[in-house]
Amino acid sequence: MAQSVKKPEKKFVDIGLDEGAARLTTDMIQQVISRVLKGETSAYLKAYVDTCVSCGLCSEACHYYLSHDKDPYYAPVVKVKQTIWEILKKKGKVSPEFIKKASEIAQTECDLCRRCAMYCPFGIDVADIILIVRWICYMLGVTPQYIQDIANSYSVTMNQMWIKEDEWINSLQQQEDEAQNEIATLRIPIEKEGADIMYSVISPRPEFRAQFIYKTAVIMDTAGVNWTMPATPGPDNSDMTMYTGDNEIMGRVKKTHFETAMRLKVKKILMSECDSIYDVGNKWLGWKWYPIEIVNSIEFYYELLRDGKISIAKKFEEPVTLHDPCNVDKGSALYKMARYLINATCKEFVEMHPNREHSYCCCAGAGVINCGPHWKMKQMHGSKIKARQLAATHVETVIAPCHSCYGGLEDVIRHYKLGMNVRFLSDILYECIEKPRVVIDV
Amino acid sequence: MLYSNCWNWETGTRLVANTGNWKAKFEWVEEPNVSPDGEKIAAIVKIGKGEFNVCVNGKIWGNHFDRIWHTRFGPAGRLTALVSQKGKWTVAVDGNAWKNSFDYVWNTIFSPNGENIAATIRQDSQYGVVVNDESWEKMFYDINNLTISPDGKRTAAVVQTVAFRKGDIFKFQEGCYTAAPDGKAWDRNFVNVWGLAFSPNSKKLAAEVRTSLYDYTVAVDGALWQDTFSCVWAPVFSPDNKAVAAPVRVADKWTLAENGKQTWDRKFFQLWGQIYSPDGSKLAAIVAPKFGKWTIAVDGHPWITTFSDLITDVVFSPDGNSVAAAGRDKGRWTIVVDDQSWKDTYDMAWQPVFSPDSRNVAAKVGKKEYYTIVINGKPWKHYCEALWNPVFSPNGNKVLIRAIENGKYYRRVLPITKI
Repeated sequence: MAQSVKKPEKKFVDIGLDEGAARLTTDMIQQVISRVLKGETSAYLKAYVDTCVSCGLCSEACHYYLSHDKDPYYAPVVKVKQTIWEILKKKGKVSPEFIKKASEIAQTECDLCRRCAMYCPFGIDVADIILIVRWICYMLGVTPQYIQDIANSYSVTMNQMWIKEDEWINSLQQQEDEAQNEIATLRIPIEKEGADIMYSVISPRPEFRAQFIYKTAVIMDTAGVNWTMPATPGPDNSDMTMYTGDNEIMGRVKKTHFETAMRLKVKKILMSECDSIYDVGNKWLGWKWYPIEIVNSIEFYYELLRDGKISIAKKFEEPVTLHDPCNVDKGSALYKMARYLINATCKEFVEMHPNREHSYCCCAGAGVINCGPHWKMKQMHGSKIKARQLAATHVETVIAPCHSCYGGLEDVIRHYKLGMNVRFLSDILYECIEKPRVVIDV
Repeated sequence: MLYSNCWNWETGTRLVANTGNWKAKFEWVEEPNVSPDGEKIAAIVKIGKGEFNVCVNGKIWGNHFDRIWHTRFGPAGRLTALVSQKGKWTVAVDGNAWKNSFDYVWNTIFSPNGENIAATIRQDSQYGVVVNDESWEKMFYDINNLTISPDGKRTAAVVQTVAFRKGDIFKFQEGCYTAAPDGKAWDRNFVNVWGLAFSPNSKKLAAEVRTSLYDYTVAVDGALWQDTFSCVWAPVFSPDNKAVAAPVRVADKWTLAENGKQTWDRKFFQLWGQIYSPDGSKLAAIVAPKFGKWTIAVDGHPWITTFSDLITDVVFSPDGNSVAAAGRDKGRWTIVVDDQSWKDTYDMAWQPVFSPDSRNVAAKVGKKEYYTIVINGKPWKHYCEALWNPVFSPNGNKVLIRAIENGKYYRRVLPITKI
């Protein structure tokens, strides 16, 4: 593979990186790196580094590499070489400018999609390595401004968008009011102890996609599900701090989330259409797996339809395609269930290629979209391969069962002028299911 | 225990309300709440378009409201609800709305004796606390973690005292939050404040605080422990008010610290939920001795029995000689008492309850759609549609069971020998 690497085309300005790096000295950097790389991290990192033979097979897996016409700068192995290998080689004696660049690479040039791990002959997980780089940069205070602000939001509100407690509850009540215009008896049961399911969302829902709570409520009501939503902090199933390296807040958010479910004595947590299924926070806390079962919306809707709890009244007329979110499919293999739902609800389904676990990342995940407008064009350039994939389907509707993907694909479609629209699965289901108790309360 | 001396402990079963009929009377009926003494059952009911009420033992309150949520009985049996009229919110107690109303009210809490009721409020985009219909004088930019003192005379919350724009990550790091006992903010700010705890004598307030993005410690009345840690969890006071105990993370492991000094010589993968025995001589906590193994440690010594999923709802017996908790192992819940698990497992288990003489333990458990009571591992052979936590009589010989069976709410007092 090519040894020389190009610099990216444009210098980006971000006070989180610039001012953060300006506060550093090489001594501070060395001390922090030494602390982070002790113990368990050191062992598996060494195994990865010693195993990699720089074959470059990971390159063809990376959407950044492919989107930049196979520029070696964006090859996963080069990202690793430019960051952790250099840190290890120099035993942490790196400059503030190096840390700034490492943070930029780790936060804005890798979505932790793990596609490269599938192509590596040794299964080296570059995402794990990049997460260590993010952790080091966070510990040094060099994290992009917008995602650091999101981490700050979690620390105060336990959600990612500074939604205050009253705003959250009020938002649920407003959604209930809206839904009652359609089904007069519909409730969004708040704080119902002993419900079977606690529905957890990611906070963009009450903030700017609130209508999807109401649509999910209609599905729940139609299926007769015994469910609830909490009135206390802890409804947010996303935990973007796992992507910044702030492990302590990551753990606190997850602790709050699961303790909320324990307090409400629910049997399961239903997570909204979200790709944040990494079981990182629970492991940091000592829970081997989720202490309370978590069901992804794809699986939940699949079971409702399979078991006859909801039925299809009409099919979605327009041809649709499906974007397979990385963690949902590489991590949980829910792609069969997603296709079952789409085939049941849509007249025509057009596959993107490649698909399922080989799908290209939307280029928004793992916090990349959360790094803010400074980095938007970089994200767009990194998603060129996705745009090509979308365009090749020649359909106008793409289903994206993940909030980050949903937002990322909206950006891609706008940037590349693809003339498509994005839908959640719940959006399609809401439109297509039989709603036996529809009452317009005039 | 404060009020249970005055309750009716005559053995027998009494039908309190035919709750199943309520659905025919009202447009809808929400999930009910039951008073601590079991004499009242209440549910929010819809009586017409935009008209809500609360039905208590079959009778509705005198006033309707545009919206009602969060009905809760206090320890003294008073029934509260958060109610809205013409877009303004307040607290209603036994049907009577407080005089003051606000843009929003939420998170009702009670003093242990039930006499004082507090809630968080928003008014004109500012946040504060209302206690017995009187608001804190000062309002703040944000509020959370509301708590009330054991004597019920004091309230405290985490407040935001400095405004900052979204995205101002450096202002945030300077510290914009603090604790405000009785609405008066401590004189220094922190990056974050969580987990407030009043001392048993209600004079002191402790909190877990984050002094920088990377440093955590405990503050007592605003004064910090000498050392900082990579993380801490919520503190508690000892019964004699002299010590504050909190889990602290040291070198990637957790241990317990008292007044800032490590008090347990053993470290764990995780540690939280610590409680003192009533006499303060012992400390118990939920611990993970190893990754994915959960148990209880008493004075730093972990039990042998471990759970793969979780442990929660830890409680000391009144005499301080026993500890009980609910635990989940491989997806099944049970109760564990003094390192011994009950043999049966359940779909769900609630916090165990000790009898006042500490000799018996009862718990509400659930299997499929039904609930029952289990005492010392032995189930009551009744399966109820709804059930509330059991209460032992003051002499410990009887148990109060509050349950809905076949659409009817019954108050039962049974000798524990009948279970």
